[in-house]
Amino acid sequence: MGLLSDPNRRRALISLLTRLNTPICLVCYMAGVAWFMGLAFEPFTLRTYMSENAMGSTMVEERFPAGERALATGREFAAHKKKVGGMPVDWLVKTMQARGLEVFTQSFSRTLPFPDENKERYMVKGTNVYGILRAPRAPRTEALVLSAPCSPGDNNQAVGLLLGLAQYFRNQIYWAKDIIFLVNEHDLIGMQAWLEGYHHTNTTGMDWSPLQGRGGSIQAALSLELSSDVITSLDLVLEGLNGQLPNLDLANLFYAFCQKIGVLCTIQGKLQRNDWDSVSGYSHAVQTMMLMVMKQASGRPWGDHGLFLRYHIEAATIKGINSFRQYKTDATTIGRLLEGMYRKLNNLLERLHQSYFFYLMPSLSHFVSIGYYMPAFGLLTVILLLRALDLWVQLATPPTRTEDGVADIEQSSPGVLSVLTPLVISHLTGVALYTLPIRFQEMAVEHFPVSETEAVVLTAIAVYTAGLALPHNTHRFLSGEGTEQGWRVLKLVAVLYLAVLLGCTALINFSLGFILALTLVPVAAFVTPHIPKVLSAFILVILSPACTLLFSVFFFQELQEMPVSFQDGWLLYLSVISQGILDHFLYGSLVYPLIALLVYPCWLLFWNILFWK
Amino acid sequence: MAAYRYGYSAVLFILCGLSVFLVTNGQETILTGDDGAAAVDSPQTVTETAEQTAEQPAVEERQWEVTEVEEASPDEAAADKQDASAPETLVPPSVPRPKDDFQEELVIRPLHSGDIYASFQFRTLWETDFMRGNKVSHYRLFPKSLGQVISKFSVRELHISFTQGYWRTMQWGQPFLPAPPGAELWVWFQDSVTDVDGTWKELTNVLSGIFCASLNFIDSTNTVQPSASFKPLGISNVTDHRFLRYATLPREIVCTENLTPWKKLLPCGTKAGLAVLLKSEKLFHSSFHSQAVHIRPVCEDWQCKTTSWELRQTLSVVFDLHTSGQGKREWSLFKMFSRTLTDACPLASSSKVYIDITDNPEGEQFELIPATPLLSQAVVLGDRRTFSVYDLTQQITFGAVRSLNLLIRWKSTEGDMLRPLLHGERYVAGYGLQTGEIHTLMYNNHPYRSFPVLLLDSVPWYLRLYIHTLTVTSKAKDNKPSYIHYQPSKDRVRPHLLEMLVQLPPNSVTEVTVQFERALLKWTEYTPDPNHGFYVGSSVLSSLVPSIVAMDTNSTQERPLFSSFFPCKEESSYFVRVYTEPLLVNLPTPDFSMPYNVICLTCTVVAVGYGSLYNLLTRSFQIEEPSLGLAKRIANIIRKMRGVPPL
Repeated sequence: MGLLSDPNRRRALISLLTRLNTPICLVCYMAGVAWFMGLAFEPFTLRTYMSENAMGSTMVEERFPAGERALATGREFAAHKKKVGGMPVDWLVKTMQARGLEVFTQSFSRTLPFPDENKERYMVKGTNVYGILRAPRAPRTEALVLSAPCSPGDNNQAVGLLLGLAQYFRNQIYWAKDIIFLVNEHDLIGMQAWLEGYHHTNTTGMDWSPLQGRGGSIQAALSLELSSDVITSLDLVLEGLNGQLPNLDLANLFYAFCQKIGVLCTIQGKLQRNDWDSVSGYSHAVQTMMLMVMKQASGRPWGDHGLFLRYHIEAATIKGINSFRQYKTDATTIGRLLEGMYRKLNNLLERLHQSYFFYLMPSLSHFVSIGYYMPAFGLLTVILLLRALDLWVQLATPPTRTEDGVADIEQSSPGVLSVLTPLVISHLTGVALYTLPIRFQEMAVEHFPVSETEAVVLTAIAVYTAGLALPHNTHRFLSGEGTEQGWRVLKLVAVLYLAVLLGCTALINFSLGFILALTLVPVAAFVTPHIPKVLSAFILVILSPACTLLFSVFFFQELQEMPVSFQDGWLLYLSVISQGILDHFLYGSLVYPLIALLVYPCWLLFWNILFWK
Repeated sequence: MAAYRYGYSAVLFILCGLSVFLVTNGQETILTGDDGAAAVDSPQTVTETAEQTAEQPAVEERQWEVTEVEEASPDEAAADKQDASAPETLVPPSVPRPKDDFQEELVIRPLHSGDIYASFQFRTLWETDFMRGNKVSHYRLFPKSLGQVISKFSVRELHISFTQGYWRTMQWGQPFLPAPPGAELWVWFQDSVTDVDGTWKELTNVLSGIFCASLNFIDSTNTVQPSASFKPLGISNVTDHRFLRYATLPREIVCTENLTPWKKLLPCGTKAGLAVLLKSEKLFHSSFHSQAVHIRPVCEDWQCKTTSWELRQTLSVVFDLHTSGQGKREWSLFKMFSRTLTDACPLASSSKVYIDITDNPEGEQFELIPATPLLSQAVVLGDRRTFSVYDLTQQITFGAVRSLNLLIRWKSTEGDMLRPLLHGERYVAGYGLQTGEIHTLMYNNHPYRSFPVLLLDSVPWYLRLYIHTLTVTSKAKDNKPSYIHYQPSKDRVRPHLLEMLVQLPPNSVTEVTVQFERALLKWTEYTPDPNHGFYVGSSVLSSLVPSIVAMDTNSTQERPLFSSFFPCKEESSYFVRVYTEPLLVNLPTPDFSMPYNVICLTCTVVAVGYGSLYNLLTRSFQIEEPSLGLAKRIANIIRKMRGVPPL
């Protein structure tokens, strides 16, 4: 810092930074991307290890015997479900009671802001059934949750296994925490209702009946999804609402028991490979990690567990996958795995807190912690700061005096209005993007031959596109011609704004922050009014948030090895937008408001600069 | 404000009655009809008054006095009845009774859920006065360690309970002796004690040693002085709550180390009598375990001329159908305790086993082996119960095999439990580590009667209650408590104390909510396992609940017509204390593995970053002009005078 106190050296440093600004920025960008890609390289990552002492040293013995009976219960459940045409509440209550649980039900209803075409629901009414296994001599202060969604098609085996485990667990003496067995209807909506009822909060305006029985503070939760009697592998889903992740120890626990019992386990549906030094091995790890990044960036809960994380409950979803592999695992083994996990969680003395909450996983046995991945993001944001410095210096040093210095004096004070007007107008556009799609769906349905969902999505796209006309509107409000100083000030503000915005986003949801930085930082770096308009406008649009989303959709499909044609991709894109809006209104996901209210207006500022007159 | 003060007197008044009730209802037996007569009047008066107080202050004054006068008699009657809990052991008044007396009793109640509830009571009565000048030195049945505690600390009443588990009211009904999870201690001191806090501190430390428990963790931050909820249960005319101390340790874990000293207080130890059943490997293989010691002064005779000290040791345990019972609905003493009974304690004047057969009058629900001809009826918690009695002092009880192994075998699992009329629940609402909300739910399951409930909440200081957010709602309407006593907390000194008298409408749920903020503790104040959370003790609901017996107005029972017009009867209300579950609240917790890093980082930032940044921001840097020589300066002055620009 002594460097900066010395005016001479400071001047030298600043001139160096301004002179070499563009190369430094380029290097930073490359380095950021390279760093990020390097994260998946196995020698650079850490092996996972169990941090929590209470779960580590002693292995428990698993004895769950009744897998076949659990599957029979599952079939019975399926039959009753078919008969009732929904959740067989009475049957579940009776069955759970017969297993010695305290059983309660909760009914809920929710009208979606617009119909969900993926799941074909609009007015949702349902009932959650849960049974509490009271731990002997425990004062109802702590609980664990095992849940299985009751979805219309499948997942009967999960409910059967849940009931089988309930019966087995009930006869054991060693429980120190209450265990709540929950069968939730309408997957996430039911789970949201149950969690809101349990914690007596109401964040999304759902109607639910209050819960009658509770088990104290929930320490951990697992959600189970099985749709066949035998499975080949178990997949662990971690990504929750707003990109929150459960403590890494929960993943470690799952991995440890899979290893012990000998079940194939995957993350992002990808098996682990040992050939990290080969190109294909590395690209496999990159794929796994990128899938996690994409899922996390989407901010939506990727399983029923995702909603628990808001309440600081460590949760994960375990999905049974039945592919055409030789090696099959039966329900007894899955039961034993879950028994082992619950016994370990039961041993917990404190909430899971020892291990990481911020991580990326290139495979189930390796992880990248926040300390390793943040530099990649840091290298990208430093570009913004360098550009800001450059602009600042340009603004501070008086422009080279021309012969008639009068015009320059006028130029040097580009009124507040010239900066404020684009800021306000672009944010108003953002507000319009946030509110109009839902507001105008009825009107749109009346006037155009579209369904409600299409109306919402198309309105959103229309508002988004309309925002591109912003520069013309802005200029109408401005008093005079845009000055050279004017766009510099505006760009300075916009660059700093973007830096703060991305920084905050990355702290909460690294993946989202990184993906946005990847596309928006180049825009922020290169845009000026003096570059070729058509070409740069095209680049700007390509790098805008909406197009980023479009590419992400294709990229995600590619990563999942399910490439789609452009037609299907476009449809998928539309449904992703509608899902994003729904996620916000149903579960409180923040990605849609973040994009609409902050990121999009910020991008509009750069668009505005491009068309500065 | 006037309303509160008025309500306050009403509360005091009701509570005065409560103490009477608890004594009378606890052990009253129907067969001793004569003795009961004295008790009949007073409770009725009290309840009536309690109901009327809201409207008629004048009446209240009058009846208050009436009750005051009569107060002694039910107590005394109750005490007497407890002596003679069944007619066959009634001691004739002419026989001179020994100065101390020991009784033991086991009540077994098969529960509807298939679980089984066993409650032991051991009572030692001693006609002595610990408070008088000459020290009591000769102890026979009464444990010396406790006697010394009473005299040294001038204790008037002492109630201590250690509980592991939570009593499941909705499945098991009301317990005979309610207790909150963890340890609970409440003590009334004699009014001669000057430094109550000091004495309390010493007492808790001594008790901690006696019971091998962490009672020494009781200090001012978890001690409160309830103004209305805990009234003396023995004879007493002191209701000044300055002499009362109440504390709970919800985190206390009860195990064999607490059971052993408790067993040692028994006159026969575990060598003979009912206490042979108290084997820790079985007692702690249960769903619920609670042991308690109650010491109080009681009346020795009708007129209450002499008082004696009562030591009541109780132990309750619930065995689980699935884990202990292997899912079979069949219980025997051996299966429960892995022992059978072979004799009574030779020192005991009475030694009995009671089996609750109220739901099984014809033997259609379960069968009892061996059968007994002795039956006893008692009104327990407002419900008329029938018990089979096994008298262990009679050799015939043990039969030919010389051991008693009671066997209860279910025949059908039909029948539903009567829902308990009062039931409480509590939980923390909200998410995040900044604020939260405590919800307390009070269920009145009575179909048509409302009744008042005293709610006592003692919340540690680190949950800062926002008392302005306190709401009481029942049936979606605001329910204004008639009495509120709130003592705000002081950080690190004392907890919040909130007492309220709330009227519960019939068949309703009343919800009390209050928001709180989670305090950030100093780093030494965290427990070794801060991420486990911090406990908030159970809140206590004390109430006079309308009796189940009085509930059936269209009675089908054979009764004289003149006796059954007014629904208010001898058992019209009974005292119930219900504890809610304790809460586990997470406080904002720093990462304790980080202090070194944090210290290093902070020091670096402060030393390097802050200083120079501050410099950069506040100073303006200019390049110093080299100072001019003297000659030049003079030359400049001259040039200035000449009007020529300086050099």
